[in-house]
Amino acid sequence: MTQLPALHDLIPLLPELVLACGAMAMLMLGVTVGERSSAVVNGFCFIVLLLAGAALSSVPPGSHAMFGGGFLVDDYARFLKLLTLVGSGGALLLSLDYLTLENQQKFEYGALFLLSTLGMLMLISASDLIALYLGLELMSLPLYVIAASNRENVKSTEAGLKYFVLGALSSGMLLYGASLIYGFTGTVNFAGIAKATQSGAGVGLIFGLVFLFVGFCFKISAVPFHMWTPDVYEGAPTPVTAFFAAAPKVAGIAIFARATVVAFPGITHEWQQIVVFVSIASMALGSFAAIGQRNIKRLMAYSSIGHMGYALVGLAAGTAEGVQGVLVYMSIYVAMTLGTFAVILSMRRDGKLVENISDLSGLARTHPTMAFFLGVLLFSLAGIPPLAGFFAKFYVFLAAIKAGLFTLAVIGVLTSVIGAYYYLAIVKIMYFDEPVPGFQRMPALLRLVLGVCGLVNILFFAYPAPLLGAATVAAKSLF
Amino acid sequence: MNWPVLSVVTFLPLFGALLVMLLVRGNERLARGTARWIALWSTLVTFAISLVMVWRFDSGSAEFQFVEKADWLGIASYHMGVDGISLPFVILTTGLMPLCILASWTVIQTRVKEYMIAFLVLETLMVGTFAALDLVLFYLFFEGGLIPMFLIIGIWGGPRRVYASFKFFLYTLLGSVLMLLAIMAMYWEAGTTDIVALLRHGFPVGLQKWAWLAFFASFAVKMPMWPVHTWLPDAHVEAPTAGSVILAAILLKMGGYGFLRFSLPMFPAASHDFAPLIFTLSVVAIIYTSLVALMQEDVKKLIAYSSVAHMGFVTMGIFAATAQGVAGGIFQMISHGIVSGALFLCVGVVYDRMHTREIAAYGGLVNRMPLYAFVFMVFTLANVGLPGTSGFVGEFLSLIGTFRVNTAVAILATLGVIFSAAYALWLYRKMIFGNLKPSLEGIRDIGWRETVIFAPLVVLTILFGVAPKPVLDMSAASVAQLLENYNHAIRAAKAVESKDRLSFRGAREASEPGIQTQRYNVVLDSGSASSVRPGMTDATGGIVR
Repeated sequence: MTQLPALHDLIPLLPELVLACGAMAMLMLGVTVGERSSAVVNGFCFIVLLLAGAALSSVPPGSHAMFGGGFLVDDYARFLKLLTLVGSGGALLLSLDYLTLENQQKFEYGALFLLSTLGMLMLISASDLIALYLGLELMSLPLYVIAASNRENVKSTEAGLKYFVLGALSSGMLLYGASLIYGFTGTVNFAGIAKATQSGAGVGLIFGLVFLFVGFCFKISAVPFHMWTPDVYEGAPTPVTAFFAAAPKVAGIAIFARATVVAFPGITHEWQQIVVFVSIASMALGSFAAIGQRNIKRLMAYSSIGHMGYALVGLAAGTAEGVQGVLVYMSIYVAMTLGTFAVILSMRRDGKLVENISDLSGLARTHPTMAFFLGVLLFSLAGIPPLAGFFAKFYVFLAAIKAGLFTLAVIGVLTSVIGAYYYLAIVKIMYFDEPVPGFQRMPALLRLVLGVCGLVNILFFAYPAPLLGAATVAAKSLF
Repeated sequence: MNWPVLSVVTFLPLFGALLVMLLVRGNERLARGTARWIALWSTLVTFAISLVMVWRFDSGSAEFQFVEKADWLGIASYHMGVDGISLPFVILTTGLMPLCILASWTVIQTRVKEYMIAFLVLETLMVGTFAALDLVLFYLFFEGGLIPMFLIIGIWGGPRRVYASFKFFLYTLLGSVLMLLAIMAMYWEAGTTDIVALLRHGFPVGLQKWAWLAFFASFAVKMPMWPVHTWLPDAHVEAPTAGSVILAAILLKMGGYGFLRFSLPMFPAASHDFAPLIFTLSVVAIIYTSLVALMQEDVKKLIAYSSVAHMGFVTMGIFAATAQGVAGGIFQMISHGIVSGALFLCVGVVYDRMHTREIAAYGGLVNRMPLYAFVFMVFTLANVGLPGTSGFVGEFLSLIGTFRVNTAVAILATLGVIFSAAYALWLYRKMIFGNLKPSLEGIRDIGWRETVIFAPLVVLTILFGVAPKPVLDMSAASVAQLLENYNHAIRAAKAVESKDRLSFRGAREASEPGIQTQRYNVVLDSGSASSVRPGMTDATGGIVR
């Protein structure tokens, strides 16, 4: 029988504990004080996220395996947890003004945010299939609820329901895959699976692997399991969309990379084919389907599908360089996404949010600073140097070239040119077209998020060393 | 004194852009004035500092000078420096920028602040492109230039500006992303993206071919070479005058510079093998686009097509890979930078007054604008390549250089000289001579601001035509070294090939590219290493052969 761990053994778990306790405390506070407290509670939730970040930095360096090896805190986990917290925190900051302005303040909102983030952190640290499933579900269930948090709105409810049904289906598939893998290897532990698949794998195990991948692809909305993305992005309240686009993607990619690299190094060739296909399909669909979009949230949905494709290019390489590329990509992706959503949330005219791309017409003249930063973010999303988005693509393709995946790399860069077209189209609308009436004044929090994200994207090239160094260290801990 | 002069020249305009961004406030009129003056002074000071580089440059040395190196990406470093090939382009850029700002002085009345910021940022990126000694850094500057140029065409351009700006951006991007992949492949092969190190690294023939093609995709579009030149006329026609000047004078030169800096020295065997392709495309460009230019009704379009034709001479000269050809190519680029830039400025002068670029709308301008007629004449004749103007020297040298290598190509290309005389003189006659059109009665001759812009260009055009030595001398040592390395590599490749053919026929059929590659590599290395010491050249060459 395993003994209960001593208290100081739990220190690596501190961020998760902070989030769990914080979420429960917030719920209790909300229930006792009632609806009036909502705005305060949601503000407090941000502080809880900050505390979790502080707790993360207090985790001693090195690798800590806990709970019989099911939960692993290493450099890789630390890097991605921090990134997830940044994504969640940014999305929560974006939410605060929105909730007040839209009269949507509910204290459950922040608590669900925290619980979902807790699930992500657990997912990132998961190092066996059980922990993986646990984290995945804890991450997803609150997401289904907050997608539908705007009860009166049909679209929001539909988005929540759609997300739930498809999400449940994918979770089922993932679980089925996990059971197959367990059946064929006799273990749920990643390291154990790696040992069992050292000398290749049979058809049954490959089947399990495929089902497992289906679950991952659904969570990161990679083609061909992306169908929910545009509808959910469009239907969900905008700050929730920002949250969907940032944090769960990070956690999803994190576990995707950890599971494939740590558990299946013996059959790299087999899973590499799948990842290459998914990557190419996502990049192609992301760039082509986005061209015809009129709604900016739908456009961002296709854009995020495409970006997941690029991130997977690094994973397809299956090397430390590739994983490093994925980490750099996700970090920059979070910065680009949060910034863009800060602008989308400020597209408010006569007290109502507008979502059409044409509403941005002539933004360069009505709101020059906002247009400048959005322009920077769009060029960055398109991957034009010297902005950060270029370096994101640079590192994943660098790894792909080293791994000899030339076809993937060539298709990837070509789709990035096609993708550049629709980002440019928005720049064109902002800078070349005649102005339409301006938006309401941008709330200070949104301005803060936009400014920080924009500057990160502009200035990344001047001092890239910290991120690159951290990503290298994090990637190494997987190999 | 050891201040980083090159970085200062590169980033001073960016600093100016920051100043414009932060300082320019207040009412419309005042803001416009401040933005213009800050931009003008930033470019002037940059130019002055770049002249310091000319003064301190040692033209006897083929090494990179004003070198600066700092850690940056881990993979790539911040490595800057110029040699005789890149310095002329840096000076061309810094020298033309103040003129462009002056040319936009009164024309641009809307969003002046953004306009000046775009130009200043563009200057930094252009100078950086020529001065970067690291491939990733080079790519950063090279591609970054798309953003400001896209905005310049799209915001301040003509009626079809949106189409032109998208075409410009996507065309160029498409070519460049392939180059980026080649850069990555080179990194994994050589273990560095440092240009100085890569110039000494012999790449295996297989990689050379693919990398050459990828670089070609980028530079051929930028240059532009036929048949990927179609973005150029659109971009030129729609861009504001100063935008056209920058496009023709500097952005196009990045393609030629790229061929000289990367394709020729890094992939010598591939360059040698693909030279016929380049010759064919160049000759087609020279003849076909000259004919197309003859049929144009729009002044800017005509000059744009003539640019394509002139760039044909440049690519032909460069890939002839003779001392005269390469020197001619460089000189032609510098001369074309001055002349075509000036021609676009000339078009700008009448466009500002009449707001049309149709050739048919003009006629008899000499009656009202004698000074303008003179200036236009100088540049028209330089464009034709009349002896005594800078245009002649470049064309002549590149033709001589090519003649030695491929006589037929040189003869066909000479036809282009005749055609260029046809369209340029035809244009001049239509616009300047003949009866004065009634609508032009009130047109004013060029004023003091325009005179200030044209004076240095006229002087340089004639000066370089009569005494081209300063430019040729500046690049002579670097060109000599480039060709020496190139010829060594070609000889070595041939030696390996013939040796293989004689003794390894069986082995070759078994096709083991690995072994072949390795051997080739070794020979190449000895070739390039020895060429650093010219005294050893012949001995090593002999042994290799």
